Amino acid sequence: MSHMRTDSAGRMTTPPPARTSTVPALEARGLTLAYDRSVVFEGLNLSIEAGKVTTLIGANGSGKSTLLKAFGRIVQPTVGVVQLDGTPVRDFATREVARRLAILPQKPLTPSATSVRDLVSRGRHPHQSLLKPWTPRDTEVVDAALAATGLSELASRDAGSLSGGQLQRAWIALVLAQEAPTILLDEPTTFLDLSHQLDVLELVRSINRERGATVVMVLHDLSLAGRYSDRLVVVGEGRVLADGPPWEVLTPDILRAAFDLEATVVPDPSSGSPLVVPALRPEAASGFRWPSAN
Amino acid sequence: MIRDRGRISPRRPQRRVLVVTLIGVIAALVIAVLGIVAGSSSLTIPDAVRTLLGAGTPGQQLIVIELRLPRVVAGLLVGAALGMAGALTQSFARNPLATPDILGVTSGASLGAVAAIVLAGGSYSVGAGLLSLGLPLVAVLGALISSAIVYGLAWRGGVDSYRLILIGIGATAALGGITSYLIAQAKITDATAAAQWLVGSLSGVSWASVWPVLVCLVVITPIALQQSTNLELTQLGDEVSTSLGVAVQRHRLVVIACAVVLTAAAVSASGPVEFVAFVAPQIARRLARTGRPPILAAGLVGAIIVTGGDALTRGVLPGQVPVGIITAIIGAPYLIWLLTRRTERETR
Repeated sequence: MSHMRTDSAGRMTTPPPARTSTVPALEARGLTLAYDRSVVFEGLNLSIEAGKVTTLIGANGSGKSTLLKAFGRIVQPTVGVVQLDGTPVRDFATREVARRLAILPQKPLTPSATSVRDLVSRGRHPHQSLLKPWTPRDTEVVDAALAATGLSELASRDAGSLSGGQLQRAWIALVLAQEAPTILLDEPTTFLDLSHQLDVLELVRSINRERGATVVMVLHDLSLAGRYSDRLVVVGEGRVLADGPPWEVLTPDILRAAFDLEATVVPDPSSGSPLVVPALRPEAASGFRWPSAN
Repeated sequence: MIRDRGRISPRRPQRRVLVVTLIGVIAALVIAVLGIVAGSSSLTIPDAVRTLLGAGTPGQQLIVIELRLPRVVAGLLVGAALGMAGALTQSFARNPLATPDILGVTSGASLGAVAAIVLAGGSYSVGAGLLSLGLPLVAVLGALISSAIVYGLAWRGGVDSYRLILIGIGATAALGGITSYLIAQAKITDATAAAQWLVGSLSGVSWASVWPVLVCLVVITPIALQQSTNLELTQLGDEVSTSLGVAVQRHRLVVIACAVVLTAAAVSASGPVEFVAFVAPQIARRLARTGRPPILAAGLVGAIIVTGGDALTRGVLPGQVPVGIITAIIGAPYLIWLLTRRTERETR
């Protein structure tokens, strides 16, 4: 797998795509997103810096997944444009977008009777055509993606037989095999136990560090979001509520406003990142009475 | 540790699929020869082969080329079209229970044909007249119109296969209701003719009804096969396949159009032959051990089922049993068996 390097001016030297640090990897311009008639965002502007890990956080129903899907052209904006590497995404051929941008949805469908290697191999599709079928390099990339996710020894297993953690790593391997410089992950840690959540997020962090990939993800766990992100974007009420490095965003005031959450924020003893400690909430159960037994 | 480097890639068809397809071709040819001989006292298998190769007596030429061959070829083509249409539908819907019927094709064709028989009953006499140009044309029109309506109703900024199935089921029920009403209102001779058509039969097929199906197959098969890789990718869900560069809605429209045209062509030639589009892809999938039904192999299995079933009705069973009854008798128990042993999560 070709590793991305940066030159002295901080520019990516490995094509595609050549881009300078001033061009955002993704940019929402005046974006209005709506399902049927309910508007989720209106006139949203948000720019995603290349080479960084940006995490979207927000309460349930705040529209963070919808925003990620709009970046991944799965949800079409009613108004506004999404720009990918400085160009409106709809100006690219669909396969060209796939070479630049990969999205891993929350619930991908695991195909039946398909080996892990077969599944991961599908990540190579954007690089193939009738004139350029499967090449030895494709095999190398798939091997490298399997190795990076620790799945080399499970390559011939049926994907349906994997555990939750293994399966999630297989999907990330597929995204790696796609070799897109920008990667969108929709709640990559859901349904995983804490240990496997850490595995996945460390993997994401290393993809960002070693390959210079731009990562945008949606996470629910605020402390993990703070630990593994360069930047947090809090969405809610149809707009961006807060935006910045973890220590600036994960403050009691913002948590109260965005999540209706009383919490203290302390330094994480192992990483130094902000650790969100929610206050007790006895009033949540106060209205409940058992019916008297007659 | 077993290394399987370079064994598989989405671009390389797996060897097992190829083997199954080749065996399918041979089996279809053998069944075709048996179909020519079946139910005839004067023809032997060597006679049939010799006549097919152009060395038969004038009498054998007449029986084989003019009487038997159209029926056998029609069986092969109808089965192939239904099998491929089924494979396409089950793949894009990601559901082994999906058939082109859910697209409204069959019910639309049936309504068209029955309406033609009942409303214009005087001009369509039972028998040879049924297979004149008019009836297939009306059936095709009914199929295309109803499937276009189903597709249109399912469209909400794109077609979701789940919604398409639900609307298709509704449309099938509604169209079936109208068809039944027409039959209930009809004169007894027309009702009998309509019922005969609805069972699906190859009796009385001539070369004239073979050509349209052949043309459809020749045109549609390459288009369908071209969608093979995209069908493979859409098994991962609409979102992953979009991420991998599949234009999902365009792909889905092409696949649905292929399935509709294939089914309409088949139904116009033979009437709705039940369960072939449902059973053939699943048999092919199990033989080839693939995640989704292989298109060509499904077509070949369909060809074998219809031709074989028709040969069975002529060679073994007494009287003239329409092939549609045979396929239903095979298909329905298979459906039940599939439903009872479905432990893996095959639907979404």
